[in-house]
Amino acid sequence: MRTGASSNSARYDVIVIGAGIQGLSSALQLALRGRRVLVIEKDGPGRHASGVNAGGVRSLWRHPAEIPLARASLEIWRNIEKLLGTDCRYHSNGSLRIAESDHDMARLDERVAELAGLGYEHEEILGQNALRALVPDVAAHCRGGLYSRDEGSASPFHATWGFFERAQSEGVTFLIGNPVSRIERVGAVWRVHAGANRVEADVLINCAGAWGGELARMIGDDVPLEMEAPTMMVTQRVPRFLGPVCGVVSRKLSFKQTGDGTVLIGGGHRGFVDRDAEIATPDPRKLALSARTVSDVFPMMRDVPIARTWCGIEGMTPDHLPVIGPSVAAQDAFHAFGFSAHGFALGPIVGCIIADLVTKGDAELPVAPFAADRF
Amino acid sequence: MKADVMVIGAGPAGLSAATEAARHGLKVMLLDEQASPGGQIYRALARNTPPPAGAPDILGEDYWRGRPLLDAIDQAAVEYVPGATVWTAETDPLTVGYLKDERSFLRAARSLIIATGAYERPVPVPGWTLPGVMSAGAAQILMKAGGAALNGRIVLAGSGPLLQLVTCQLLKSGAEIAGLLETTTTKDYLAAARHLPRALRARDLLRKGLEMRRTIKASGIRVHKGVTNLQCHGKETVDGISFESRGKPDRIEADLVLLHEGVVPHVQMSRLLDLSHEWFEPQRYWRPVVDEWGETSAKGVFIAGDGAGIDGARAAEASGRLAALQAAAQLGALPNAERDEQAGAAFAQKAKEQRIRPLLDHLYRPPAHIVCPEDPSTIVCRCEEVCVRDIHACMETGCDGPNQLKAYSRCGMGPCQGRMCGLTVSELMAKQRGVTPDEVGYYRIRTPIKPIPLSALAAMEADEEVVAS
Ligand SMILES: Cc1cc2nc3c(=O)[nH]c(=O)nc-3n(C[C@H](O)[C@@H](O)[C@H](O)COP(=O)(O)OP(=O)(O)OC[C@H]3O[C@@H](n4cnc5c(N)ncnc54)[C@H](O)[C@@H]3O)c2cc1C
Ligand SMILES: Cc1cc2nc3c(=O)[nH]c(=O)nc-3n(C[C@H](O)[C@H](O)[C@H](O)COP(=O)(O)OP(=O)(O)OC[C@H]3O[C@@H](n4cnc5c(N)ncnc54)[C@H](O)[C@@H]3O)c2cc1C
Repeated sequence: MRTGASSNSARYDVIVIGAGIQGLSSALQLALRGRRVLVIEKDGPGRHASGVNAGGVRSLWRHPAEIPLARASLEIWRNIEKLLGTDCRYHSNGSLRIAESDHDMARLDERVAELAGLGYEHEEILGQNALRALVPDVAAHCRGGLYSRDEGSASPFHATWGFFERAQSEGVTFLIGNPVSRIERVGAVWRVHAGANRVEADVLINCAGAWGGELARMIGDDVPLEMEAPTMMVTQRVPRFLGPVCGVVSRKLSFKQTGDGTVLIGGGHRGFVDRDAEIATPDPRKLALSARTVSDVFPMMRDVPIARTWCGIEGMTPDHLPVIGPSVAAQDAFHAFGFSAHGFALGPIVGCIIADLVTKGDAELPVAPFAADRF
Repeated sequence: MKADVMVIGAGPAGLSAATEAARHGLKVMLLDEQASPGGQIYRALARNTPPPAGAPDILGEDYWRGRPLLDAIDQAAVEYVPGATVWTAETDPLTVGYLKDERSFLRAARSLIIATGAYERPVPVPGWTLPGVMSAGAAQILMKAGGAALNGRIVLAGSGPLLQLVTCQLLKSGAEIAGLLETTTTKDYLAAARHLPRALRARDLLRKGLEMRRTIKASGIRVHKGVTNLQCHGKETVDGISFESRGKPDRIEADLVLLHEGVVPHVQMSRLLDLSHEWFEPQRYWRPVVDEWGETSAKGVFIAGDGAGIDGARAAEASGRLAALQAAAQLGALPNAERDEQAGAAFAQKAKEQRIRPLLDHLYRPPAHIVCPEDPSTIVCRCEEVCVRDIHACMETGCDGPNQLKAYSRCGMGPCQGRMCGLTVSELMAKQRGVTPDEVGYYRIRTPIKPIPLSALAAMEADEEVVAS
């Protein structure tokens, strides 16, 4: 792994822990605002959730607290090439939540009413015919859907790598292959021990994903976080049949066709996590569950072979909202972790929020719901 | 219901393991994806009969020698499931998932014996993906599967005992052989020579090898030695193969080109289970680390046969028996003293078969120009059409391992699950980085090790013991 420059006891403005999309985006935005930034990563950039997720860039069906962030992030995704010099394979094919019953349709009505109350209009209800027109291969029993047309998906690998490369070219230093094992406060300075290195900075950012809880504890914050392993499967290539990224209202499913024709199937079934080896493995029983949902909702998929499966390790908070904001116990430290299986889409905006918090002491977007002391 | 011993693969290793385990009163299940038992060497044996006296015996006496193994499995109390493709496995608790008749099953077991054998090392030379180019083993499968005559001018290229065997079998079948291009060099002969004394103690194996050489020589077919720079040519299908022999460029017209550079252990299953592996330098492959009984780094999980390292069919048979004896002892069906007594003959047979291996391993060392192709346009990953040049380009932008390469280039992400490119990718990256393939590592293998239709996955039937999770 290329490591930028390595350093033994250098001094930075900001140290970011974790080179997932949150850490990389934060590092880039801080560098763009003139800060000298070091990113410390124990494995590799995008090695965990950020590099292996489903790539859904969605505001649809999100918790209302996340909507302003998701919408603002979407603006960046749409122009991602300007920021990163790569399009990250971002495609705006819309996202869709399919209703399988009257009960599901009623939930869609409730959702749209709730959003209207908050002043949002981007989620629209589709009736059965409109649904069929949008996704002709959907099963006959499906009643309708909720659609947000101006969003889509990107390639997690290309996006994460894009942030990594851009951060490097903006002068961010990387210390890769070094786990942070200890953090000390020495006067007004953070001293971080990572592998054989000892580095210092004025400000500390915890973007350690599923390990964010551990890192938070190192600076005195107690945030409950579970490590979980959402599962993905991918099929062999099939001729193009599907535009939007699809979910189902009452079952766990996320379903989309990639540019190369393979179909990505996810949706939150959990695999096994080996905490020590930091490896997650799919559970065949859960794969079967997912396969059942897919063959119910998209019967034409039945004969398509599953080619590969995998899991990513992700940090889940009790309310499934991320932790974004200042440390409770310490000065000059901020968190952005625990994205609870839907943080990829938020990556671009989280970097801006963190950079604002560090440089201006405040964020333009409402981040109070994500406070570290809410639990 | 939970099996005491689950055996995967019904080749000589799996057949003898299942038979032996059943002999000790254990509940045994034997899964194999083929329609009939026999594995690679005895493929389709149950459906073939020896030729009448006087007619040429194309497949040879070693083939018919598998009969007793098939008879034994017929009589043993073994639940043998043909046409069952294993697509997943887990340790702790031991679980095996297979696909049969468009349904998937998840079964629990107390011991697992993996006897999935070997497969032919991919031979990535320019043009190897052209129709009309296949492996020597694939041609042999056609012969075993019902004597489909191989028509047209055939050229065989590469090295290894199986290449010699298939050449002889083709000669007997009356096929038209336009050439045999051996990549073995004088240097290989010299390196092998020091292993000759040990091989002399496996006289009949040595004799068979020499006999094959004599048959080939006597046939008068065109043979080139020390061949390099192999390239298959053709537009729609192959029409010829060019090469250099002792520095001189040459070309032979051909309708069928058979490539072969030895066989390597199937490590998909052992990688999936995350067992320990070691790099075997003489033959440049990975093999799972096993003890004398074939037990791996996971308790109760055994590898028998060529899947643990290439020792040949007779050794495979012995190692299957050894794994079963140890499994029986671990499951309390056989006191250790009796296990040791009954294991004696199998240990002796295995040791005897292994005597010739150092000679073969060094004589038929896969050449560097094959394991690590240099021509930038050579395709490495057939499924996703990734070539040498693409891999080098990815490495230049910071990609330094096989798993990362998948994300960069889709290399290894096709239906074969990386079996056809895995070794080549590790070799190429090792060379570029100036380290050993072992340092570079291999693809991480995940479920499913064989593609499984969505509907079969959806229709999963699981043992009671394995549903809870
Ligand atoms: C193509 C080929 C042809 C060969 N021909 C000869 C020959 O003619 N003479 C000779 O001496 N040696 C031959 N060999 C060498 C061979 O390795 C033998 O030494 C011998 O067959 C090894 O026995 P085994 O039991 O270890 O494995 P094998 O005989 O290879 O048996 C393994 C069995 O496992 C099954 N299997 C593998 N993966 C799965 C899965 N996922 N699910 C279910 N079943 C699975 C296969 O179908 C196969 O039946 C050949 C090898 C190959 C690859
Ligand atoms: C299978 C799957 C599918 C998903 N699908 C989607 C989707 O479609 N859309 C969506 O928006 N989100 C999705 N997500 C969620 C999304 O991937 C994550 O929320 C997001 O990537 C989190 O980014 P991160 O930077 O916080 O975490 P990570 O990518 O995990 O990065 C954290 C990094 O911190 C490093 N680290 C941890 N501890 C230390 C230490 N002590 N020292 C040094 N480094 C350390 C880790 O090695 C890691 O690289 C999915 C997640 C998974 C697993």
